[in-house]
Amino acid sequence: MSSFSFKGGVHPHNDESLSQNMPIERFVPKTVLVPMQQHIGAPAKLIVEEGAIVKKGQLIGEAGGMVSAKVHSPVSGKVIKITEALLATGRKAAAALIENDDTDTWVECNACSNWQSLSKAEIIERITNAGIVGMGGATFPTHVKINPPANKKIDTLVINGVECEPYLTADYRIMLEHAKEILEGIRMLLKVLDIKKAVIGIESNKPDAVNQFKELTKGQSDITIESFNVRYPQGAEKVLIKSTLNREVPPGGLPMDVGVVVQNVGTMFAIYEAVKLGRPLIERIVSVTGESITTPKNFRAPIGSNVAELIAACGGIKGKAAEIISGGPMMGFAMHTTDLPVIKGTSGIVALPEGIASGGDEYLNCIRCGRCVKACPMGLQPFMLSLLAEQRQYETTKEYNIDACFECGSCTFICPSRRPIVQFIKATKMVLRG
Amino acid sequence: MSTTTESVKPAEQPLVMAVPGSAYLSVSPHIKSKDSTAGIMWTVNIALAPAALLGAFYFGLPGIFVLFLCISSAVLFEYCYQKMTKRKVTVNDGSAFLTGLLLAMNLPPTVPFYIPLVGTLVAIVLTKQLFGGLGFNLFNPALLARAFLLVSFPKILTTWTEPVNDLITKGAIDAVSQATPLGLLKLEGYDKLIEAFGDKANLYGSLLIGNRSGCIGETAIILLLLGGVFLLAKKIITWHTPVAFLGTAALMAWIFGAKVHGGAFFAGDPLLHLLSGGMMLGAFFMATDYVTSPMTSKGKIIFGIGCGFLTMLIRLKGGFPEGVMFSILIMNCFAPMIDRSFKPAVFGAVKVKGNKS
Repeated sequence: MSSFSFKGGVHPHNDESLSQNMPIERFVPKTVLVPMQQHIGAPAKLIVEEGAIVKKGQLIGEAGGMVSAKVHSPVSGKVIKITEALLATGRKAAAALIENDDTDTWVECNACSNWQSLSKAEIIERITNAGIVGMGGATFPTHVKINPPANKKIDTLVINGVECEPYLTADYRIMLEHAKEILEGIRMLLKVLDIKKAVIGIESNKPDAVNQFKELTKGQSDITIESFNVRYPQGAEKVLIKSTLNREVPPGGLPMDVGVVVQNVGTMFAIYEAVKLGRPLIERIVSVTGESITTPKNFRAPIGSNVAELIAACGGIKGKAAEIISGGPMMGFAMHTTDLPVIKGTSGIVALPEGIASGGDEYLNCIRCGRCVKACPMGLQPFMLSLLAEQRQYETTKEYNIDACFECGSCTFICPSRRPIVQFIKATKMVLRG
Repeated sequence: MSTTTESVKPAEQPLVMAVPGSAYLSVSPHIKSKDSTAGIMWTVNIALAPAALLGAFYFGLPGIFVLFLCISSAVLFEYCYQKMTKRKVTVNDGSAFLTGLLLAMNLPPTVPFYIPLVGTLVAIVLTKQLFGGLGFNLFNPALLARAFLLVSFPKILTTWTEPVNDLITKGAIDAVSQATPLGLLKLEGYDKLIEAFGDKANLYGSLLIGNRSGCIGETAIILLLLGGVFLLAKKIITWHTPVAFLGTAALMAWIFGAKVHGGAFFAGDPLLHLLSGGMMLGAFFMATDYVTSPMTSKGKIIFGIGCGFLTMLIRLKGGFPEGVMFSILIMNCFAPMIDRSFKPAVFGAVKVKGNKS
């Protein structure tokens, strides 16, 4: 067990048992809708037209800038339509609708089994060309993250296996089933960053994953495994750094400011595939779960797979779902329709029934109970941020460090007056951005 | 979120939309804790119920009447105010009920009908609603109302009666007046107090079970203690305020308790002071009120120490025999300042000494 911890956090209702024992199942979609914006940064630029025949893994979107990512076709088939897709977040992006010809015809992949002979620059180039982004959900372009400016000295790579969102088991399954590949990906990054220390963080209620990694890293002093008690949001980047290394990223700062690079276990697997097998990022593990799913499962789904098709592959909705969420219930987006694509950051589809899902409650005045202050992992005063936003005193929220908030929702979860605190904060940030 | 200057009234705009495939669409987080404001208020009401009911038994019909009148007029005043000002009616949240209950527990049993009415009017309308409603009041509503009543009707608010131990038959005219233990202590001294109860054991026993004159709800100490422990177990209150309050009061009672009556230092009776007057009711139920007390643990301890200190200062040196009410009201004034001084540490912030922000 790790000797460090973090202040605050909450314990939301969680039922990982619904899907944690379901081995990853390959999902074959009929069509995929691949958006050009699945990452933080500039959208990718479509380079195929309607009617084009594409191979699996073929580049269909060129990077839109330095902080951007390439997009590849997840299936072989025909581009039947170029359209504008509406994503779960409410944003729109140019997208290619590709019909799967079910032949799995790959482009030529430049595999490199002896990747240790590659230089740091060559490894980064492979990662860039693979279009890899942070798969924990943030989707920040990986090639930028692992190549920090020269003045930021990195000494530790922290691997995030702490899937703190309730219900999700995608990272858990990939850790159980692809531990070796993840470790090889870690070795690749240790080479790129030119460091000798990596720490893998896993929740302590997953002893099988913890023990498997410990076994595989026996005798390797540069990779250590830390386990943590289950508490949300232990898997948040800054919180994880605090709990593994006892370092606090300054408000408005990034992990590299404290000498750390954090990567999700799914990203590590994608890095392995890109560098060793020469494959681009075209699929990811998605947990389709929740009490309203008939048979919850963990899929290896091609990017662009239709959520409705995935749910149907799980036997459909059981009874009536109150909400169907893209991502996890704490920070995910409720979907206005299931006719939406899975994108690079979609770690889960969670369908919750009435009684478990809680939304749209009428809210009361702040009773100053202090539960939100206690729950905030960033040491903020969420109640003040909500009161200031309610009174439209947006500028004053800067004095209360609103920029340090990463919108985990712990405050909103615990508030007895059901105040939508994190929504107040998000809206205030939008107003302050102008 | 609207960027116009009109305020968005939650009741008029639907917060959820019906969508195909699912029942609705809302913002994250999509799961919430089971705690609710109404749940908290009603749990506190339940914690107070045993002491209130025993008080009703001790003081008979007059006591029941005051309890009933306080609670119902508090709820009614809040309902009327909210209806008249076209606001959302929130009496279901149990906070007006709680204010009425606390006020009744702080009143002598034989007060005439207009005392509860004036009291709840001051508590609900003046102290709470005019400041903005739940969460915006600066002072503890029940205590400010009691202070108002004490200053406006001093004779009535300091007329105490002997317990009748009979729920039904005895009315107000049968009540036999009797000074409270603290009253006796102030006027005649410690020895006379012990004499009045027989011996120390009798005094403590009587204080614990409440078979003595006093306010309706403050006499049954053992039930108040049980209620306090219940709230601690339910995590509605934390130990910081009660322990700081009672600890400071006990310390001061021990050091100065005998000195003020001509005795020596460190010879006072802390147990007497802890078990008498509104100390237990105040420490567990009134100084722990969320709205009017600090939010951080350190702040709560400072608040509790201030309350304990001021209570004993008033009891030992002030003109009144009882000090809990005033001490909490004074500390209510300091609560915002305490909150500003004891902010939580922002993650990753560099601590600069001497920096005000």
